[in-house]
Amino acid sequence: MSDLLKYDLLQASKAIKKKDFSSVELTNAYIKAIEDTSPLGTYLEIVKDKALNMAANSDKNISNGVSKPLEGLPIGIKDMFCTKGTKTTASSKILDNFYPTYESTVTQNLWDDGAVMLGKLSCDEFAMGSSNETAAKGNVINPWLKDKKVSPGGSSGGSAASVAARSSLAATGTDTGGSIRQPAAFCGITGLKPTYGRCSRWGIVAFSSSLDQAGPLTRTVGDAALMLNSMAGYDKKDSTSANVEMPNLMDYLDKGVKGKKIGIPKEYTQNGTSEDIVKFYDTSISWLKDAGAEIMPISLPHTKYALPVYYIIAPAEASSNLARYDGVRFGVRKEGASLDEMYELTRGNGFGDEVKRRIMIGTYVLSSGYYDAYYLKAQKVRRLIKQDFEDVFEKVDFILTPATPTTAFPLGQKQDPLTMYLNDIFTVPASLAGLPAISIPVGLDKSGLPIGMQLIAKPFDEAGLISTSQVLEKSADFKIIADGAAK
Amino acid sequence: MNINKELKPGQVQGETGLWEMVIGLEIHAQISSKSKLFSGASATFGADANSNVSLVDAAMPGMLPVINEYCVEQAVKTGLALNAQINNVSVFDRKNYFYADLPQGYQISQFTKPIVGEGEITIDLDNGKQTTIGIERLHLEQDAGKSLHDQHPTKSFIDLNRTGVALMEIVSKPDIRSPNEAGLYVKKIRSILRYVGSCDGNMEEGSLRADCNVSVRKAGEEFGTRCEIKNLNSIRFINQAIQAEAERQVEILEAGGKINQETRLFDTSTSETRSMRSKEDAHDYRYFPDPDLLPLEFEDSWVKSLKETLPELPDVLKKRLVSDFAITPYDAAILVEERDYVEFYEKAAAGKDGKLTANWMISELFGALKKENISFIDSPITPEALGELIMLISDGIISGKIAKDIFAEMMISKKKPAEIVKDKGLEQVSDDKEILKIIEKVLGDNQDKVKDFLSGKDKLFGFFVGQVMKMTQGKANPAIVNKLLKENLK
Amino acid sequence: MSNKKSLVDIPTINKIARLSRLDIPEKAKDNLIKDLNNILGFVAQLDEVDTSSIEPLASVTGHKLPLRSDEVTDGNIEDLVLHNAPEQSSGFFVVPKVIE
Repeated sequence: MSDLLKYDLLQASKAIKKKDFSSVELTNAYIKAIEDTSPLGTYLEIVKDKALNMAANSDKNISNGVSKPLEGLPIGIKDMFCTKGTKTTASSKILDNFYPTYESTVTQNLWDDGAVMLGKLSCDEFAMGSSNETAAKGNVINPWLKDKKVSPGGSSGGSAASVAARSSLAATGTDTGGSIRQPAAFCGITGLKPTYGRCSRWGIVAFSSSLDQAGPLTRTVGDAALMLNSMAGYDKKDSTSANVEMPNLMDYLDKGVKGKKIGIPKEYTQNGTSEDIVKFYDTSISWLKDAGAEIMPISLPHTKYALPVYYIIAPAEASSNLARYDGVRFGVRKEGASLDEMYELTRGNGFGDEVKRRIMIGTYVLSSGYYDAYYLKAQKVRRLIKQDFEDVFEKVDFILTPATPTTAFPLGQKQDPLTMYLNDIFTVPASLAGLPAISIPVGLDKSGLPIGMQLIAKPFDEAGLISTSQVLEKSADFKIIADGAAK
Repeated sequence: MNINKELKPGQVQGETGLWEMVIGLEIHAQISSKSKLFSGASATFGADANSNVSLVDAAMPGMLPVINEYCVEQAVKTGLALNAQINNVSVFDRKNYFYADLPQGYQISQFTKPIVGEGEITIDLDNGKQTTIGIERLHLEQDAGKSLHDQHPTKSFIDLNRTGVALMEIVSKPDIRSPNEAGLYVKKIRSILRYVGSCDGNMEEGSLRADCNVSVRKAGEEFGTRCEIKNLNSIRFINQAIQAEAERQVEILEAGGKINQETRLFDTSTSETRSMRSKEDAHDYRYFPDPDLLPLEFEDSWVKSLKETLPELPDVLKKRLVSDFAITPYDAAILVEERDYVEFYEKAAAGKDGKLTANWMISELFGALKKENISFIDSPITPEALGELIMLISDGIISGKIAKDIFAEMMISKKKPAEIVKDKGLEQVSDDKEILKIIEKVLGDNQDKVKDFLSGKDKLFGFFVGQVMKMTQGKANPAIVNKLLKENLK
Repeated sequence: MSNKKSLVDIPTINKIARLSRLDIPEKAKDNLIKDLNNILGFVAQLDEVDTSSIEPLASVTGHKLPLRSDEVTDGNIEDLVLHNAPEQSSGFFVVPKVIE
């Protein structure tokens, strides 16, 4: 059975259609893998019966010759996606009893394409964090150097760790400031954040509405392409959904990078980036050059302001998005003598410290007397950041940067919030500009922890992102499996 | 409080002198759309609790708003009818606060860039004059749900049916100067809304509500501090609330105090305003553009096409009725209050005496319907029937008095007037010879009274008229009776 | 921003906690003040950027707000709407009594 874990998504999809094994067999292998890796804490909820039912159904479809792109493939779902009838908590105490009566558009797209649900994956509470240490039910442990107990990154730490640990074949995540790309880099896997609007936000617990995007976390770029094909699509229930056709990303595999211009922004090699990462950055540049790309130095002058802009806008939107968690219509209610007391106790008790911190910041920067100086100012600088990218994309097709300034750090370091925020320094700019970006593993650092490189593309050029990142992937030939992975 | 008979409307007498009221109104008008502003649930009134509620209205995790095109159209059309500037680009903002009937924890409204800007309307005052009231803006926003606080000693019950229904908030400039003027303003706005068809103006059901901002000042001074009186749902309460609030403020100021800017409610049982019990000094709504919605944008050509679908509005209709039908502006103003009235009137008065028709509609028909508690659309008398009655009067077939009897019969039996005249033999007697015969009989039977009349008792003329009418069952043509009596009482 | 000396103190924490309906225990307030001041100090660097002629970003996508036609396509799902309610009665959500 453990042999079945070696198939990546693309390989498994072909094999299953050839009937080399059944979906039930594959799903059982993953269920066992989940059990074997449970000390990592990746899963909050495992839906064994549902998974096997879905798998059996897929097997029926396959034997009838009717099979969809993801038929029978077992996937883990970040607990920010509302899944009908399956507990959805956003890793928060306040939703510890919430069973949605509806399915998010993105996950429905996956089920419509035949995928099998394994369960709900842990994340930072309400997707706020970069280390998966704010989850109500406890930390997720990175399967790399598992005995050292390092962070898988966040907020999609459970998703990334699970894919790296082979307790899901692939997983969904959400990315607001880097929450897919950063954990993907920390866990040595691929993580893709599509263009803002590519994937519907309907049914995803909202954190920061102008930034949130769903995306795949997978073993390979090809896997990400296959999964995004299913996840993406216009949804009229989401007013911010982009009515832009996405080509079949499978047509963009192995297309190479000849003649493409890759921009290297001078602002991304700042102090604080680890030596090993800088080395791999240089190596990645030469890989692309060798593959026929033209390397160009570029400047994104407002890069350093991206983090402050993000830490005004995201908390502001979150403070408003989280106002609905009041114990009236759903969630864990703490009784009070008055309505206001009920609100204060419910929310005070139900939200963790990081969430409360961000709600407070958000409330503050929107409040009377501070709105212009903070929120409005941040939206203006955001326009400048977006403009930087627009200017640069007139000259280049893609931008290459490291995904993170450091590799995975130990859990429980008790960093102050601000230091934690600096982890997002390379991923936040693309989020603010709404651009598609991918993180792929290129090697290990001296201590044996994975390093990820990030490629950023023009709006709606996920296809180009697939082709270009595959070149890096091929050159890197990163085939190492985490020591904490299921066997 | 002394009520000085010489006080002009909107004035309050204080010890130190006369105070003037300054009033601004914020009217909330529910758009009569099928579904809500941002969700596909029904917007109709009166359904079972929480049955017209979608997951979006209930603000479940992950739910998102999608705007209703019809509501946008109605806002633009209403703006055009208010002679206001239409903003081709507008933005939806979140107004953040906590309340049990506000599931999202914010209301989607428009703050800095509303869909409609400045405009103005004209209202007819009771003294025949007109005045202009400025409109500050009109914006779209979500209505809130309903809370029931009096069903249980320690619990409140929440119904979200009304949550998310589309509202147009129409904000006037502080140009209103008396409670009566405020009532006239609301009536005019209501009339315009019903003409446009964007709101049914039903105050009892809550489709139209007003918040009143009231302050007082001495003549010539700057505006004083205002207080807002929320949720007034009848013209009568608007009148009473404004008067009560203005008097309250004058009393405080006369005693040397200051007015606290606050939100108040009107207690209909005590006819006084009282402060709302809120623990916060002032709400900090932290408005910011709703990131789930993009800016609302449309073209001039679209606005133009909507303008072409507007019906003739009250002011224009009024002028036309006066010129086409020779009625007074006063009567025309009453008729144009509702489009239904105008439609009825134009049918009834076509080719007939316009003034007479107007009189009968306003004095007789409206009066009769109100007395019997029948709504206008259910009127037993059709425009054609009324027109026929008018014709019979104009042609002298029946007298005005007989017409009233016929009218009363028409209200009950819905029969046509000509039919009733025929069935009851009510044709007016206009034959000189016939009337003369009767006059001669009356005079002959009352010689003593004739003598009295001729010796100066002029009032007896009415007696003779009465006798002739009695003998003709009221059918004698009064003008002819008068003429012939005068000739024969010599 | 930076010259407003918008330092967060206990009254500010209390005001913000009240606005966001969060019960913050007394012992947590000092740390919260420290954290918030650090973050606000960090974001104050935006003052360095000249935005005098820049409009705030209204939307990342650049497309227009899509309009929906006026049809009743939803509702009549009381069971689903009330399904997760902590307390309900006869089809209503129930909360502690509010006195206006």
